[in-house]
Amino acid sequence: MQLSRRGFIKLTGAGLAASSLGALGFGPAGEAMAAAVRPFKLVAATETRNTCTYCSVACGILIYSMGDRAKNARSNIIHIEGDPDHPVNRGTLCPKGAGLLDVVHAPTRLKTPRYRAPGASEFKEVSWEFALGRIARLMKDDRDKNFIDKNKAGTTVNRWTTTGMLAASASSSETAYLTWKVARSLGMVVFDNQARV
Amino acid sequence: MADLQTQNYIRRSATTLTPPSVRNHEQEVAKLIDVTRCIGCKACQSACMEWNNLRPEVGHFEGAYENPGDLAPSVWTLMRFEEYENDVGNLEWLIRKDGCMHCEDPGCLKACPAPGAIVQYANGIVDFMSDACIGCGYCLKGCPFDIPRINPVDHKSYKCTLCSDRVGVGLEPACVKACPTGAIMFGSKSDMKDWAGERIEDLKSRGFENAGLYDPPGVGGTHVMYVLHHADKPGIYSGLPENPTISKLVQFWKGLIKPIAIAGIAFAAVTAFVHWITVGPNDVEQNDEDEADRLLKKAEGS
Repeated sequence: MQLSRRGFIKLTGAGLAASSLGALGFGPAGEAMAAAVRPFKLVAATETRNTCTYCSVACGILIYSMGDRAKNARSNIIHIEGDPDHPVNRGTLCPKGAGLLDVVHAPTRLKTPRYRAPGASEFKEVSWEFALGRIARLMKDDRDKNFIDKNKAGTTVNRWTTTGMLAASASSSETAYLTWKVARSLGMVVFDNQARV
Repeated sequence: MADLQTQNYIRRSATTLTPPSVRNHEQEVAKLIDVTRCIGCKACQSACMEWNNLRPEVGHFEGAYENPGDLAPSVWTLMRFEEYENDVGNLEWLIRKDGCMHCEDPGCLKACPAPGAIVQYANGIVDFMSDACIGCGYCLKGCPFDIPRINPVDHKSYKCTLCSDRVGVGLEPACVKACPTGAIMFGSKSDMKDWAGERIEDLKSRGFENAGLYDPPGVGGTHVMYVLHHADKPGIYSGLPENPTISKLVQFWKGLIKPIAIAGIAFAAVTAFVHWITVGPNDVEQNDEDEADRLLKKAEGS
């Protein structure tokens, strides 16, 4: 671009005049209004109740996912916060619970059952069918071999002491009750449900 | 983004226009941080980053409880830990949630030269508008609490918004909601002051004679207040300023010099116009050209 000395001075003068007008308050009137808060991101998100996956306190959480569950929309969790109606935490969460979103989307999160065969050095992804079938088979074998129906005095005890079970914390009272019933109905005594019911 | 009808602001940086202010019946909001009930769990930090979609880079252990080490463009609130030995030689672990105080008279807004980059809503929240920010860093100079941070990637300034998006739809800020001990409370400013009063009374009855509310008058009060067990010595809480005020330099520059400078510009413009009308432009005449030629020749000759 060719610019003469005189032209350059004129241009500089015009720029100075324009910015001076701005400083004097002659800016465009509409400009003063161009500002707004960040749009609230959960307006039409789907809200789902659940229990925090971490500890035995079992805080209630609200899970927000994108989409309204329409056929063509894929839900994806975008935000998690405490459930104000839950009697345990009344909306509050600990730092781990407050960061649950990153647990959901962690690339290292376990999503399928994995199996390490006896003698093998690595875990392999397997189907739920295989995993449940194998667990049931081994439980049945072990229970048949080691079940104690009577103690030395001859009293019926129905104990199965050689296999234990650990259950999750992300369960409601009802889920925990059913888990307890299933485990105890097998005679299992080594049993811990993190929710400690 | 123009959305004036939903939020009315009462202050706007580098603007001489009076903002629209017909909605004069909005409740002022406040966040009350009760330092005496804080256990330093950092749930507030976690909730802040989750809600605001901030994920700072994972840093390194610096030998302190603070994690991350300092406020940053993507760290809007930070627990600061101080080990304080009291008068009788006992250790007190003072944990303060640091972040924007949302001053009634915000130094950042006063110092900001970019029109509309910093606004204050009628509910008291001071918010940064990134699209108007020019990244000059004057807000850092203006802030008496050392809060704003400039992002080196986009050269814009960032800080806590008091979750203006949540408050705007009637929710409490994310940090307030998460706090498991109820050390962070949110409500109208008068309710928060009342609640602070109850807490202070309780603390006094338990031997903290100097318990008090931190709502510094030097910045017109703040919309984030602290309950301190030692309100007489705010400095022991990781350097909370005793009597924060906007820097004298900023006050002088924006308070006194700016109007004088603007008057000067206006005076110069008017004078130039009057001169142009009465005297007119300075035309080059034939005898000027002759004189110039003579001088040129003389210079070449010597």
